Amino acid sequence: MFTYYLDLALRSLRRNKALTALMVVAIALGIGASMTTLTVLHVLSGDPLPGRSSQLYYPQLDPQDMDGYREGGDPPRQVSWIDGMNLLKAKRADRQALMTGGAVPIQPAQASIDPFFEDARYTTADFFAMFDVPFLYGRAWNATDDDGKARVAVITRELNDKLFGGKDSAGQTLRVDDTAFRIVGVLDDWRPNPHFYDLNNGNYSEGEGVFVPLTTARELRLRRNGSTDCWGNTPNNEDNMEVANCVWLQFWVQLDSPSKAAAYKQYLVHYSQEQKAMGRFQRPPNVRLNDLMGWLDYNKVVPGDVRLQVWLAFGFLLVCLVNTVGLMLAKFMRRSAELGVRRALGASKRAVFAQLLVEAGAIGLSGGIGGLLLALIGLWLVRRQPADYAALAHLDLSMLALTFLLAVGASLIAGLLPAWRACQVTPALQLKSN
Amino acid sequence: MDILPILSTLRRHKVTALLVILEVALTCAIVCNAVFLVSQRLQRMDMPSGVAEHELVQVQAVGIGKQVNGKARAQEDLAQLRQIPGVTGVALVNQVPFTNSSWNSSIKLDPTQKQATLNATTYFGENLLQTFGTKLLEGRYFNADDYLEFDEVQRDQKLRPQVVVITRELGQRLWPGVSALGKTIYMGEDPVRVVGVVDGLIRPSLFNGDASAQWTIVFPLRMSASSANRYVLRTAPGERERVIAAAVAKLKAVDSRRVIIDKKTLDEIRREFFQNDRSMAGLLVGVCIALLAVTALGIVGLGSFWVAQRRRSIGVRRALGATRRNILNYFQTENFLLATIGIALGMVLTYGINLFLMLHYELPRLPAIYFPVGAVVLWLIGQLAVLGPAMRAAAVPPVVATRSV
Repeated sequence: MFTYYLDLALRSLRRNKALTALMVVAIALGIGASMTTLTVLHVLSGDPLPGRSSQLYYPQLDPQDMDGYREGGDPPRQVSWIDGMNLLKAKRADRQALMTGGAVPIQPAQASIDPFFEDARYTTADFFAMFDVPFLYGRAWNATDDDGKARVAVITRELNDKLFGGKDSAGQTLRVDDTAFRIVGVLDDWRPNPHFYDLNNGNYSEGEGVFVPLTTARELRLRRNGSTDCWGNTPNNEDNMEVANCVWLQFWVQLDSPSKAAAYKQYLVHYSQEQKAMGRFQRPPNVRLNDLMGWLDYNKVVPGDVRLQVWLAFGFLLVCLVNTVGLMLAKFMRRSAELGVRRALGASKRAVFAQLLVEAGAIGLSGGIGGLLLALIGLWLVRRQPADYAALAHLDLSMLALTFLLAVGASLIAGLLPAWRACQVTPALQLKSN
Repeated sequence: MDILPILSTLRRHKVTALLVILEVALTCAIVCNAVFLVSQRLQRMDMPSGVAEHELVQVQAVGIGKQVNGKARAQEDLAQLRQIPGVTGVALVNQVPFTNSSWNSSIKLDPTQKQATLNATTYFGENLLQTFGTKLLEGRYFNADDYLEFDEVQRDQKLRPQVVVITRELGQRLWPGVSALGKTIYMGEDPVRVVGVVDGLIRPSLFNGDASAQWTIVFPLRMSASSANRYVLRTAPGERERVIAAAVAKLKAVDSRRVIIDKKTLDEIRREFFQNDRSMAGLLVGVCIALLAVTALGIVGLGSFWVAQRRRSIGVRRALGATRRNILNYFQTENFLLATIGIALGMVLTYGINLFLMLHYELPRLPAIYFPVGAVVLWLIGQLAVLGPAMRAAAVPPVVATRSV
């Protein structure tokens, strides 16, 4: 029966090519626009570390003085060196890492490559295990390296390709800012999106090329990048960042169960009280413990423009659908006579309805295919944009499936009203009027 | 033109008529708001910076290893850069407009204040204002004896700059209606006196929203090569590329191990800063055109159907004495009626969407002019779209009435 309906549908669609084309193009445009923007939104609001993100937390403390204090205000988004180190050394979480971003001049051994600046991350040993960072060669450094301010570095696959032609460079020397570092590990491809662990240098920025121990970076005064917020009137030059009243580090912890998270939050409150008793903190304890996705939400990482584009695209799709409903209705109603004959010959209302829905579905499917092509073109256009998230705009399998569901679903919904109206015709009346 | 027969015909095609009205209304609402968004973006991209944008270039040079004598190095660099022919100003500064990397500070009008008055950006660098080409409205720029070394101020708490230059907008925000000249601002507990007011100097990053774009304070602080790496040069617009190349060569000549991490004209920097606005505006324009096209084609399609469906009654009307013009007018009036209802509904929707955008995207209220202009545009598009089908209807010969099918 279905094939017969399909045959009828195709005949009917072929009879009115311009109109069919108009309906298909309208649906394709609407679907294409919606899918492009939805895919971008989907990519941007994705989970950077699936499976791990629910165990990662970002603690916040409020170490500021009473100047500018407001009850219920948000604590700073980073931690100071003293608090960061205290929390790190306390080891109250399953894993913990303290970090900040920077940029370092790399001095390649070969004369053919000029010295260049590479983004760097200054962090502590747990960073790699905690964020599940894959290693291609070698391994991460350990806590002893952190304590000993060891001249060790982990580099990315990309940098390894550039400097060592992709060979296992573990054990080799890397000259950074006039200092020799021993490479202990090379990362495999790893680009979490958003760049969740440090949102100061662009939410979707590419990761760093070099990782060195935070203590080493500080001893060598490697250049820091990111945000530094200070209060009070103590001097805050680069040489005393360890004691200055400034927050400039990110601190992440891994807590394997919700009960551990609750206990850790309590610990942060106790810590704040203790620091207040010692006179270091002045404000009442004000702590936050967001998990990874909560932290991204709190920082509103998905650009407002992207959401606006999704609204716009769905508005556009709605207009295209209304347009298609109108055209289909007109088309089906014009065939009242033909449908009247079918009804008079014994076709049930249900059969006529099914036949018309098949026709609507065929339009939807064609529109869906067209929409998919348009979405691919749209995403290609998005990738050519200079925004930092542009390179991420790719269609994945789930979005592909959604495109088709959306296309066929939308056009079936668009076909429902016209088909229902058309199968209400009274056969006798239609036959008579002719 | 008699409207009643049209109304009675439309009553027999309620659903189709409703769909046309709905489509026009939605298109009207989306297009009006989208065009408004575009105008907002264009306006944002036009944001004044207060500096001589077409004459400035920036070269960022960073040394490798420990910078031992940053002060001497900076003096040497600047002296070398000044020698480049065609260069009319040189400065080593902590930040540059539109680079998204900024130094900011909370300020107070009274040191005992608990809450800071506002957050302003802080520019440092000798001859910064002269090189940037800001426009002095009141007072003066810095004298030689106003300047302090930034590195020394960082180390010694007793060394504090005494005077500042601020923008007109910041002055008006802090002391509405009166001149800012001679007034005192507190940076924490340290007072500074305003000695000059410039017309404008935009902050490098608009993280606090566009309203605070001009909240800027300039300090008489001399940067060293260890505390700053942004060299700004001013030259004639046509000379910029040559000056960039020459500046890179000079900086490399002073220290061959230096890495040039950026070299651009301020125009390029500005373009990059607003690229998201530009692509958003382009996208919105594209969607508007597509929407209007889909709506117009939809009207053409529906119009054609109606004409085909009513061929016989058109023939009868023609046989009864209606002229071609009567038939043409009939379809045109019908379209005008539907468009008018659609536009009226669309205006309400437009207003609603605008309210939503005001709530969630901090957009201002839609100016009233959008409503009449939007209406006229949609009327015109509707009339143009229906013209084809209407002319085909007018061409139906009266003899059709005599044929049975």
